Amino acid sequence: MGNSAETLEREEKLQGIGTSRLRKEDARFIRGQGTYVDDIKLPGMLFGAMVRSPYAHANIKSINKAKALAVPGVVAVLVADDLKPVNLAWMPTVGGDVQAVLADKKVCFQMQEVAMVIASDRYAAADGAAAVEVEYEELPAIVDPHKSMAADAPIIRPDIADKTEVGHGPRTHPNHIFTWEAGDKAATDAVFAKAEVTVREEILNPRVHPCPLETCGCVASFNKPTGELTVHVTSQIPHLFRTVLAMLSGIAESKIRVIGGDVGGGFGNKVPIYPGYVVAVVASIVTGVPIKWIESRIENISTTGFARDYHGIGELAATRDGRITGLRFTALADHGAFNSHVSATKLPAGLFSICTGSYDIPTAYCRVDAVYTNKAPGGVAYRCSLRVTEAVYLIERMIDVLAQKLNIDKAEIRRRNFVKKEQFPYTTAFGWTLDSGNYHPALEKALKAVDYEGLRREQAEKRAKGELMGIGVCTFTEIVGAGPTKVCDILGIGLFDSCEIRVHPTGSVIARLGTMSTGQGHATTYAQIIATELGLPSEDIQIEEGDTDKAPYGAGTWGSRSTPVSGAATARCARKIMEKAKKIAAHLLEVGEGDLEWEVDRFKVKGNPSQVKTMKEVCMASHTSNIPAGMEQGLNAVDYYDPPNLTFPFGAYVCVVDIDRYTGEVKVRRFYALDDCGTRINPMIIEGQIHGGLTEAFAVAMGQQIPFDESGNHLGNSLMDYFLPTSVETPKWETDFTVTPSPHHPLGAKGVAESPHVGGIPCFSNAVVDAFAHLGVTHMDMPYTSFRVWQQCKALGISTRT
Amino acid sequence: MAEQQVSFKLNGKAVGVSVEARELLIHTLRERLAHTGPHIGCETSHCGACTVDVDGMSVKSCTVLTVQCQDANVLTVEGLEQTAGLHALQEAFHQEHALQCGYCTPGMITRAYRLLKETPNPTEEEIRYWMAGNLCRCTGYQNIVKAVQSAAKQMAATPA
Repeated sequence: MGNSAETLEREEKLQGIGTSRLRKEDARFIRGQGTYVDDIKLPGMLFGAMVRSPYAHANIKSINKAKALAVPGVVAVLVADDLKPVNLAWMPTVGGDVQAVLADKKVCFQMQEVAMVIASDRYAAADGAAAVEVEYEELPAIVDPHKSMAADAPIIRPDIADKTEVGHGPRTHPNHIFTWEAGDKAATDAVFAKAEVTVREEILNPRVHPCPLETCGCVASFNKPTGELTVHVTSQIPHLFRTVLAMLSGIAESKIRVIGGDVGGGFGNKVPIYPGYVVAVVASIVTGVPIKWIESRIENISTTGFARDYHGIGELAATRDGRITGLRFTALADHGAFNSHVSATKLPAGLFSICTGSYDIPTAYCRVDAVYTNKAPGGVAYRCSLRVTEAVYLIERMIDVLAQKLNIDKAEIRRRNFVKKEQFPYTTAFGWTLDSGNYHPALEKALKAVDYEGLRREQAEKRAKGELMGIGVCTFTEIVGAGPTKVCDILGIGLFDSCEIRVHPTGSVIARLGTMSTGQGHATTYAQIIATELGLPSEDIQIEEGDTDKAPYGAGTWGSRSTPVSGAATARCARKIMEKAKKIAAHLLEVGEGDLEWEVDRFKVKGNPSQVKTMKEVCMASHTSNIPAGMEQGLNAVDYYDPPNLTFPFGAYVCVVDIDRYTGEVKVRRFYALDDCGTRINPMIIEGQIHGGLTEAFAVAMGQQIPFDESGNHLGNSLMDYFLPTSVETPKWETDFTVTPSPHHPLGAKGVAESPHVGGIPCFSNAVVDAFAHLGVTHMDMPYTSFRVWQQCKALGISTRT
Repeated sequence: MAEQQVSFKLNGKAVGVSVEARELLIHTLRERLAHTGPHIGCETSHCGACTVDVDGMSVKSCTVLTVQCQDANVLTVEGLEQTAGLHALQEAFHQEHALQCGYCTPGMITRAYRLLKETPNPTEEEIRYWMAGNLCRCTGYQNIVKAVQSAAKQMAATPA
């Protein structure tokens, strides 16, 4: 080896894996020069505005366009009947169902899309939308999913009432979507029947909305002479989006170009294909000019991909010393009026069966019943890998419930049940193989960092004085990186992902991927992977995503899948290039490949360190005739990666809250988050993701819920009512880490962005409930607004001064 | 609807537009004057993505009519970079990783610009209070606070 200081310096210059490289994306954003969809302005472009239903459930008796068409600037008004000749009044969803693009004879949720007004600008479009006259006949609405399958329940979807299944197995009621189960019911029932102790709790994950700061929208532009359709859209899945558009429209997929541009936050809200997009496409085909459609915030919260609405029941069986022997979780899932969210064909309830968490639970059973209600469609979103938030919430709450029942410390009960290091790879009772983990040291590190024993002593002192202090512990295991194509698909398309790398003669690189950054800094981190793999400086590596004409096919960015899947594709793609580069280097140095060793950015002849070819030299040589006989010029490769397994990041979180029993105010005193996402590519970006995820967890736990009245009216769909934490409420976050690499990922990385959300929510809940644990409280449903917490204090008789 | 002539200064340059009385400043800036730095994130003045500086005050440009801006001095994020380089806040947001998707960033920086004009050496509590009208869904604010502190320090060290 050469001079180690010199080698180190060369390595630092690459800004590769493990460095907190500053973000390449920032240059345009700090100058206000990002290109988000609403920044797109095309010649002749018209604007679309939606007419939406004021009722949650109603028949449409008539629609009168006349007054709207008379509004200055209005060009067209499209309703369902206008979409029928092109067969687009209904569209398939990514959940196996169909959805009305514009309401066809009836509306099934409040704010459902009824008509789109096309006009010269957004003001004229809004005027036109206000002038469309729709006559409704209101019908009784189902808001509570528990009432969906009642014998006399109104039928929400007459269009599929006779269908015995809608993509996911037999239905037993017109409002039933599917019933899905996993595990061994009989064996689990037997364990519960003879258990020394059992606990049961009803636990709600309320309906919430991810609310990215940029709402949804698109600009659709159909070129009549060429028959080409270009769609600028704020989407997390540009390639799947293109495929769905091709399936829908009959336009050849090669003639459709989807351009992602900059996306102003996704959080799962920008995965589904919304009716507005389809109408904009039709409107562009009809008018021959580009159509822009951009949601308002109220439309965004009311109608686009919400999250959760999982009404769970958790049960654990255990020995008297707190060893869990059985788990039985069920959930009633409110999917709204259409089953529209992303779900893998084989996994209608997503990854819910990861609900055994970090614990060695021998016997388990779970079941999810999904039903229609008169609410907006969705359910899978919000920094959540397909129902993993609901699953982790249940297990992390239930293990606390068990601890309280047995009077065992909440950290200790976790120690007793953890999957041990030597058990990995560990196959859960539901059949998931946890590839790696090291839970005990992570928990101990967390407990030590916060002085857990000291906190418990302080809590005891406070309790003696009648004060409320809660300590929440959460030791979650996430499941991310969907996924192996054998298990995971959307509309039949496997969830592989891709990377294509082209190396230029002068040693700079362009790489294109099938994922889509929505703020995660892909242009920075993917370049770091290539820099380390190829020994070329990350500064000279350009990353492109989101333009389907340029990037290779991939399933996009959601479910923390970019690093586990495309990150792996990137490393493998670079290694293909490396193999070829090594052959060229051996040729140039006139030695065998076996005589070469790699050092940071160059090949060296073993035992003869003066004989060197740098990667840059090889890049140039690869474009000349001086390469091995029969070899093609260039240093390019593409890799499509089908992961052998998902990855299982984990963490140990501790939250400390102080609660004012007279006002119900919950103050987060401290939040410590230790995350293990395997190999860390850019620690700065990881920390940023964790800050953001914890803040979104705080939002869900402390204030978010989309409420409805009995008629299905939204009671909080603007930012006046829907809680988004500001800098004032948001706690300060302490972050920490351990590193347990994934054995099957080429870099050992696992994906991280969802962990803080998934692990954060139960940690807040556990802290709040813990504050009341000595008073016999075992569970309280989120969100912990001051009013709700005060109600709990009042019920316990501790809310007034004596 | 009748249109009105409005002239004002945008980032130091005189501009004139003909707008309906109901037109919001954010739409004039974005659609007529090609200043797409300020963004639209809500319609209830909560998110702050559209924040600009009008006559020395932070203004949510989705809540002000363009016709109210006659003769005003309007500053947007596009006006912060000078020939000498980026504004200290822009540089600090980059250095401290105070942005992710970038959508709130122009409003955030413009608001922080006004904060540091009024309070050159703010405490963390003051920063959090001042920035509370600007929502960010990505960063959890922690690095935004750090960036504002860092810019304040930088600006104190380099007299204007």
